[in-house]
Amino acid sequence: MVAYSKKVMEHFMNPRNVGEIKDADGIGEIGNPVCGDMMSFYIKVKDNKLEDIKFKTFGCGAAIAVSSMVSEAAKGKTLDEALRITNKDIAKKLGGLPKNKLHCSNLGADALHKAIKDYLDKKGK
Amino acid sequence: MNSKIKKDSKKRIFFDNASTTRIDDQVFKEMESYFRENYGNPSSLHDFGELAKNAVESARKKVANLVGASAEEIYFTSCGTESNNLALWGLARALKGKGNHVISSVIEHHSVLNPLKEMKKNGWNISLVPVDKCGLINTKDIENEITDSTILISIMHANNEIGTIQKLKEISLIAKKNNIIFHSDGVATAGIIPVNVRELGIDAYSFSAQQLHGPKGVAALFIKKGTGIRPIFLGGTQEKGRRAGTENVPGIVGFGKACELAKIKMEDNIKYISKLRDNLINGIINKVKDVKLNGSTTDRLPGNVHISFKYIEGESILLMLNMEGIAAASGSSCTSQALKSSHVLNAIGLSPTMAQGSVLFSLGKYNTVEEVSRLLEVLPPIVKRLREMSPIYKE
Repeated sequence: MVAYSKKVMEHFMNPRNVGEIKDADGIGEIGNPVCGDMMSFYIKVKDNKLEDIKFKTFGCGAAIAVSSMVSEAAKGKTLDEALRITNKDIAKKLGGLPKNKLHCSNLGADALHKAIKDYLDKKGK
Repeated sequence: MNSKIKKDSKKRIFFDNASTTRIDDQVFKEMESYFRENYGNPSSLHDFGELAKNAVESARKKVANLVGASAEEIYFTSCGTESNNLALWGLARALKGKGNHVISSVIEHHSVLNPLKEMKKNGWNISLVPVDKCGLINTKDIENEITDSTILISIMHANNEIGTIQKLKEISLIAKKNNIIFHSDGVATAGIIPVNVRELGIDAYSFSAQQLHGPKGVAALFIKKGTGIRPIFLGGTQEKGRRAGTENVPGIVGFGKACELAKIKMEDNIKYISKLRDNLINGIINKVKDVKLNGSTTDRLPGNVHISFKYIEGESILLMLNMEGIAAASGSSCTSQALKSSHVLNAIGLSPTMAQGSVLFSLGKYNTVEEVSRLLEVLPPIVKRLREMSPIYKE
């Protein structure tokens, strides 16, 4: 089947920050079930920092592990720092991903960035 | 999958009998001496050769007997894929003077669909008939595709994913009426349900040892006597020149034994396995909400449980089951190297979400009531966990 790293399996079996934030300051949704994966990120911002992050993911082991890792990597970071997290960073932190699963990691940081942009857009209004 | 994950090997449960099966101990035992002592080449004149030749011919009878054929109509190959390739290329090329049109279906195994794709590039016309939402072919659709140049119809006996069994007899009557050769891929059926090529009116039939508790690396193509076929492997005169290459003697011996056992035990196995299957289907439906049984409720392989779990994705389910030592399969795009969801599930009109959430549990004679109970224990919490993670889940 899939040769996942230990780290991927660990995050898949014990994902961090699963859930929704009811009064989220920003929401980022990416993907759809047709393409295979779908991620929703919810953020709470305080003093320009990501005070809380939650996610929900429909997808494979890699998609779930990536979501978990993104949430862990970004929590407590400033918005600028979080926006600088790349999909490549996440794959690296997870000890690599199988080649045909790299597209999953391409969704994770994008979904988070979308949530931050959603927050910034709302704030700008 | 991650081999470092510790598992109690005694507790491993194999619900993936559609992919392959565990070799029967009696089969393995029968093969042993053909590796170690009787290792002759059947083409050799000496006693070593004769012994091997006799073993191959004795196995040929048993293999033929499983599907109601004569021994002389059985040609040994290396796998189901080779049997299908030999049938398609071999029959179509032998019939090239008569026409260039081949009819098959959208739910065939890749070892039929991909050769057909290649044949299309080489000048043959290919028509693929659709299936209904249970995976059944409407024989009228086949009839409507027939033209003056139709030379071959190839329809699988049962589908390896959703387990739907086609009405081969009806198709063979149409083929006969129109003077068209009829091949069927029986890899998912031979040794599992009764097959009689004469009663079914089939001209060529592929089947494989590893699907019926025989060894990997050996399969057969039944070719009805008098049917022309061109070889795809050229070399020596083995298999009457229709399949050159030194015979896999131990494999063929094992295949013979496996066919013999499958035939003797077929009725008991069907009864036993379909009861397990029905327990599992009912158990899942009772314990888990928002599931859908795919395939047919009536024309279904005895061991096939193909279920879609709404709101979640198949690979995640398989990974979690694997952590529990349970092996299953899925038609989700995430589990395929090509990242495409199963063509069979698309063909039966399953929505992309439901195709992503599909799991195939394929049961066999070595599975037990206890194993089914164990699965029914661990599966609901896995589904619950993944649904709680899913953004599309609504209670």
